[in-house]
Amino acid sequence: MRSPEVNDVMLRVERVSLAFGGVKALTDVSFDIRKGEIRAIIGPNGAGKTSMLNVINGFYHPNRGSITFKGKSRPRMRPYEAARGGIARTFQNVALFKGMSALDNIMAGRTLKMRYGLLWQALRVGPARTEEIEHRQRVEEIIDFLEIEAIRKVPVARLPYGLQKRVELGRALAMEPDLLLLDEPMAGMNLEEKEDMSRFIVEVNDYYGTTIALIEHDMAVVMDLSNRVVVLDHGVKIADGTPDEVKTNQAVIDAYLGVAH
Amino acid sequence: MSAGGSLDTFPKLLRRNALQFADHAAIRHKDLGIWQTWTWAQVLDIVRAYAIGLQRLGLKQGDTIAIVGANRPKLYWTVMAAQTLRAIPVPVYSDAVADELSYVLGHADVAFVAAQDQEQVDKVLSVLDRVPHLQKIVYDETRGLRDYDHGLLMKIDDVIADGRAAIAASSALAAELDALIDSGEGSDTSIILYTSGTTGTSKGVMLSAKGCIDAATDTATFDKLTEKDVALAYLPLAWVGDHYLNYAQGLAAGFCMACPEGPETVEQDLREIGPTFYFAPPRVFETMLTRLMIRMEDAAAFKRRMFHYFLKVARKHGEAILTGKPVPLSGRLLYAIGRVLVYEPLKNVLGLSRVRVAYTAGEAIGPDLFVFYRSIGLNLKQLYGQTEAFLYVTCQPDGEIFADTVGPPAPNVQIRIAESGEVQFKSPGMFVQYFKDHAKTVEAMTSDGYVKTGDAGFFDEKTGHLKIIDRAKDVGRLKDGTMFAPKYLENRLKFFPNIKEAVTFGDQRDFACAMINIDLTAVGNWAERNNIAYGSYQDLAAHPLVYDMVARDISEMNRSLVQEKVMAGAQVRRFLILHKELDADDGELTRTQKVRRGFVAERYAALLAAFYSGASEADISTEVTFEDGRKGRMSARLKIADLPTTHVPADLEKAA
Repeated sequence: MRSPEVNDVMLRVERVSLAFGGVKALTDVSFDIRKGEIRAIIGPNGAGKTSMLNVINGFYHPNRGSITFKGKSRPRMRPYEAARGGIARTFQNVALFKGMSALDNIMAGRTLKMRYGLLWQALRVGPARTEEIEHRQRVEEIIDFLEIEAIRKVPVARLPYGLQKRVELGRALAMEPDLLLLDEPMAGMNLEEKEDMSRFIVEVNDYYGTTIALIEHDMAVVMDLSNRVVVLDHGVKIADGTPDEVKTNQAVIDAYLGVAH
Repeated sequence: MSAGGSLDTFPKLLRRNALQFADHAAIRHKDLGIWQTWTWAQVLDIVRAYAIGLQRLGLKQGDTIAIVGANRPKLYWTVMAAQTLRAIPVPVYSDAVADELSYVLGHADVAFVAAQDQEQVDKVLSVLDRVPHLQKIVYDETRGLRDYDHGLLMKIDDVIADGRAAIAASSALAAELDALIDSGEGSDTSIILYTSGTTGTSKGVMLSAKGCIDAATDTATFDKLTEKDVALAYLPLAWVGDHYLNYAQGLAAGFCMACPEGPETVEQDLREIGPTFYFAPPRVFETMLTRLMIRMEDAAAFKRRMFHYFLKVARKHGEAILTGKPVPLSGRLLYAIGRVLVYEPLKNVLGLSRVRVAYTAGEAIGPDLFVFYRSIGLNLKQLYGQTEAFLYVTCQPDGEIFADTVGPPAPNVQIRIAESGEVQFKSPGMFVQYFKDHAKTVEAMTSDGYVKTGDAGFFDEKTGHLKIIDRAKDVGRLKDGTMFAPKYLENRLKFFPNIKEAVTFGDQRDFACAMINIDLTAVGNWAERNNIAYGSYQDLAAHPLVYDMVARDISEMNRSLVQEKVMAGAQVRRFLILHKELDADDGELTRTQKVRRGFVAERYAALLAAFYSGASEADISTEVTFEDGRKGRMSARLKIADLPTTHVPADLEKAA
């Protein structure tokens, strides 16, 4: 377990409930994410982890409860507002522009930072050109950071899965987010790729100071990386604490072993 | 070469270049996606500041400084800065595991280490107790090193900045530095290069400044290299080839060396830089061709036909056109069309369009492979050399190229063949001695001052060129007295696209056998096209169809051996495909990727025994070392296949 100095709350989820018709995805969930920490959300399949991320970045609107991000409370918000507010995310199943190169995909992450409009950019003249060079510089730094120089110009569809995930992380980083949401960043990876990805996550947290919330099934990874863990089961929060606390929590053990409720 | 005073050390050459080629590019490096360029004048400025910075940290004349990392400008500048102070740079292979690293650092007794990044710094820190005199580690890339104890560490940029500030503060300092450079002598030890250890522990080869410069100047003149040339510096920093071809020749001729962005981007960087002088070991040329052929398999039928047709044209006329021999008009015309449609685009894809001189060495190159590149108009030549000679012993002059020779002696080199068949030489760049190893030095020299190469060879009567057969001590005999030259067989086997590595055995045995590593790229692609599922190298290697395929290749070699009287008896009768790729981390290959046959024989003794006991299967369990030094075990049951030997003309044996 790692423990940098973390104190201020960056995001607080308060008594959030979400239902699709009769299906309750989340019931009365409350937790917080502190500035600078790596926060893991775990739970068995269908526990509501991805729904929780979707609520945080405004893709779903909770039926009840509120979310306070950087001191501002809101009942509902749209994804692009969340993005503008400094929340970036990656997806469980890679969501990149398959036909575009790794470089262009990461450049796309800079869209929100561009000050000049589509026309200016298309013409690539004057200030828009200078701006693009600036953005390219930032993107190249990310490419260097993620060690993907060799695939800069390769269309992402041709890349192995592990590298696609890395490009996706790159695109999220390009937004220079305050809060980074990672939905199963290691799913489907082999051991070496997992180790690489873990290293990048720690380094992002360390180097850029980005707060990270991640969903992950690999318990070894979760226990290694995260400062605190929240556990969901059937849409209900059943535990919250440091990895060690959570590991020994009876409710968590029951949920994972499948004891009758 | 015009010069004031004698140019017998590299710092003096650098000073000359900064005057003579001030605005010419000296070094390039792709960083953050953009090629950065430093001119000779800028390099001199940086190196002076760096040298002063190192001096202020305590590096002094005669000290050794290890350099661990990839081809980075700052590491090359470290070499220059160290030589400026008359200290001795000791480059170390960057992929060496901590153990090998500690041997060199300890043996060379280094006072300083220049490391590329966190990975290398970590390795050095892990063996700190074996390097008692280490004063400082300077490093290039900050990443990950922020929280390290900076009592021992310092960033190279900071060293340079410190040096620069010191020069600005005291005008006497620059003059002192110039005096130090002037006091440099040709007999100074310019560098210590540790051999890769094909034959046991590595030895520190000490080279003198004047020897290095004389040799490099000779060959730069030989190949007409000038300040307008460009080379891609991608070979391991610690290998004599990189130090010679790029560093020494670059300084002697004033040409530019370009450092790739990273080891994985070399191929792209090659295309972007378009070097005019290029060196690659046969392995690289082989990989390029294999990949090319695979891509052609996937091309449209029309393109494929065109490609094969014009390759035939090239094979017929290419060599003659390249060396300026008479060719019938129709041949010239066809070749000209081929050049536009196939050869030039091909070279462009490989990044070889602008290459004026290309060399290969290190191992014998397959004749077909060699002829292929020459036929499409690449001036590929062979050289023969070794660290003890500071590379060149022989090299092929333009117009006198043969696939199976390594050429006549290089300029100012004397060669003789000893009674035993061993090649011995005297050359301008020949080494002074092995560092701290007088016994080995004596062993490597003859009493009249020739260096023993340990290679068996002879001068070809027709051409007067040297031919190398094998390591002298490796040439053996089968029990029936037939000559058995393992390297010779292995080289021929390796030329089949499916075979990446082969190790043959037969000395003092009844017949010859081979252990094979398949080429995962080529065979994997074949498997994909034939819907053969496999999970790993081990899976694919054990596949019966793969065995059949390899059996066909070896049989083909056996058939061709029949035509060579001396070797006909040494046909490979039995073979197996190894369950893992031979790896330098496991000690099976040297760091320069040469097979260590003796070690392999020991490690796979069970398999070797099975070859000659007639068993059709053998179990093997071996220890493997991962890159981070952890160890694991790998077990497998391997099939041993028999091959028919050929005594009759080749065509009758097609069914094999």
